[in-house]
Amino acid sequence: MKDILLVVLPLLGAAVALAWPGERSRPWLLPVFAGLHTLLVVWMLVEPPAVAPTDWFGFDPIARAVLPAVSILFLACAVYAVTYLRVRPERPNRVFVALLLAILGLLSAGHQARHLGFLWITTEAVTLATVPLLHFNNTPRAFEATWKYLLIGGTGIALSLLGSFCLGYASMRGGGSGDLTFAALAAQGTALSRPWVLIAWVLLLVGYGTKMGLAPMHTWKPDAYGEAPGIVGAILAGGVTTVAFTAILRVRAVVAAAGAGAVADRTLLAIGLFSMLVAAMLLLATKDFKRMLAYSSVEHMGILVIGASFGAAGTWAALFHVWSNSLTKGSLFLSAGNIRRAAGGRTSADVSGMSAVTPVSAAMFVAGMFAVTACPPFGPFFSELRVLRAGFDTGHGAAGAIFLVSLLFAFFGLTRLVFAIVNGRPRVASAAGAGATGERRVRETLGVILPPMVLLALSLWLGLATPGVLREAWTGAAGQLSPAP
Amino acid sequence: VNEVQNLLIGVAMGLNLVALGSNRLPSVVRAMAMQGVVLGLLPLVIEHDFHGLVALVGLMTISVKGFVIPNLLLRAMRTANIEREIEPFIGFVPSLLLGAMGTIAAVAVAHELPLLPEHVGTLLVPGALASIFTGFVLLVGRIKAISQVCGFLILENGIYLFGLLLIRSTPLLVESGILLDVTVGVFVIGIIVDRIQRAFDSLDTRKLTVLRE
Repeated sequence: MKDILLVVLPLLGAAVALAWPGERSRPWLLPVFAGLHTLLVVWMLVEPPAVAPTDWFGFDPIARAVLPAVSILFLACAVYAVTYLRVRPERPNRVFVALLLAILGLLSAGHQARHLGFLWITTEAVTLATVPLLHFNNTPRAFEATWKYLLIGGTGIALSLLGSFCLGYASMRGGGSGDLTFAALAAQGTALSRPWVLIAWVLLLVGYGTKMGLAPMHTWKPDAYGEAPGIVGAILAGGVTTVAFTAILRVRAVVAAAGAGAVADRTLLAIGLFSMLVAAMLLLATKDFKRMLAYSSVEHMGILVIGASFGAAGTWAALFHVWSNSLTKGSLFLSAGNIRRAAGGRTSADVSGMSAVTPVSAAMFVAGMFAVTACPPFGPFFSELRVLRAGFDTGHGAAGAIFLVSLLFAFFGLTRLVFAIVNGRPRVASAAGAGATGERRVRETLGVILPPMVLLALSLWLGLATPGVLREAWTGAAGQLSPAP
Repeated sequence: VNEVQNLLIGVAMGLNLVALGSNRLPSVVRAMAMQGVVLGLLPLVIEHDFHGLVALVGLMTISVKGFVIPNLLLRAMRTANIEREIEPFIGFVPSLLLGAMGTIAAVAVAHELPLLPEHVGTLLVPGALASIFTGFVLLVGRIKAISQVCGFLILENGIYLFGLLLIRSTPLLVESGILLDVTVGVFVIGIIVDRIQRAFDSLDTRKLTVLRE
């Protein structure tokens, strides 16, 4: 019952937002419903409900290991959105608020989907619901980004549907009854037709990999993250990518049950390392600090799938990394949004010295940058360390070396750009540079500082003292995904 | 029954080539629309024990893919005042040749795949593969937003054809959910096309080049 409530509650909020008359009071619906969602999900994290193996929907160990992170990130973004929408009164917010809440509901459904077809429907619905959020700023650049997102994301989603059909056909060819729940598919085991399983794996990896933003299917990401408001970027990078990752994890478990686990792990490792390398190179080249966050996200998606390819210990580390990445990336996106609004520009050619204009946001941006490049004692350091250790334990020394080199390059790229933005003489882009000229100065109010700060603090807490209940949740999920032989 | 089914799929495969070879946008849209109608008829032909939901899905497919979406696109074209695809990345004759080769390859590949006995004699898999390939050629090779949308829809048609392999096993609830998602997707695309047209005063995707590294 509670698992359905997780979906219905935000959708109800979306309906209320659509009907709500007051333009100024409507954004408050976001923290209200997001807060209820977080309370509910944390309660379920502590006291997990029982899920029957045959259920096609439910708060199973995988949902339990991941969904709370998404909910917490969303809550922080929801609080931030109240202030954000107040400083953007020129844009109507009815659709924006309603769709944000709808996305929370759909993400909850996607994480709890235990059925191949249902999973696809929710992922597709999330993709479509994000489209109007991307062009919230209503600029030609935003439309361009939206168009690319639609075409690339749409094609990826289409391929994952084709992959789902192929997996269904593999089951039919193996004498299956047409039950497309992951449990039923895995129970068929090696009876699944191997050629069709392999075709399905490739298509699903490409399809959901596009949604995650793995290289070389990442090309929509810098445009979308660069043009969308910071909150949308944070939810895309920490929530929407996560649902695609859990999709890949669930499919991988079926492929492994069909006896092709080694092939799946090799492809995951290859695509993960490629993503990390590509992202590191792009991070060294970019001058735009919002696009920088997109490339960093590509890198971290690479880390996730690399972790997933390193057996049960690696999967555990990947789930840990989902948490540390979501929370840290959320903090970075929100503080970057503050800097962007005050500066009026986004490239190191236009902007510098932001530590004088927006001191708190700039400090958080630097701290978040160190966190995301895996500096101790933040969460990402510990989760990446565990991924690395799982890699060495399973005999992937060369992969571990490439992993470390990519991290190093990414560190160079990120520090170079972040310090170029933060240090130096205050300089902001001409047009919207109200911050420096003083008359309509963008103030750092509590509403835009507190959410990223809390996220950063949570990332720190995750690193210093990972709560036992989370460790247990990750162990449960890793056990479900790669059962010990 | 099998022959009617193969005939319909054959028509759909022919329409792929029409879409690839035509430089007039309205004919591309009409080819895609006719393909939608043909595909909507297919589940009615395939399914022996007539099911109310099957008919509903078929009817929805016909009305959405055959009429609603094409009309949306034709209207966008009229307001944008464009008729032709000029200077595509992949010319019309090369794309036609590509399409023909793709169709032959699709038949060959489908021959190699391990199919269930009841699907061996049908054109379902070759038709699906050929349409998916055609969709990709249009997506990559054309520059007008309308042509790219048509490519995307033909790609979807191919996947729909493949989905018919599973019509007996997958619950129709899922199928109709999928159809609904696709429908909403196309509406969203239509709206964005409209916005691009207003923002850039053109449906030429070559103008969408501000964002690059």
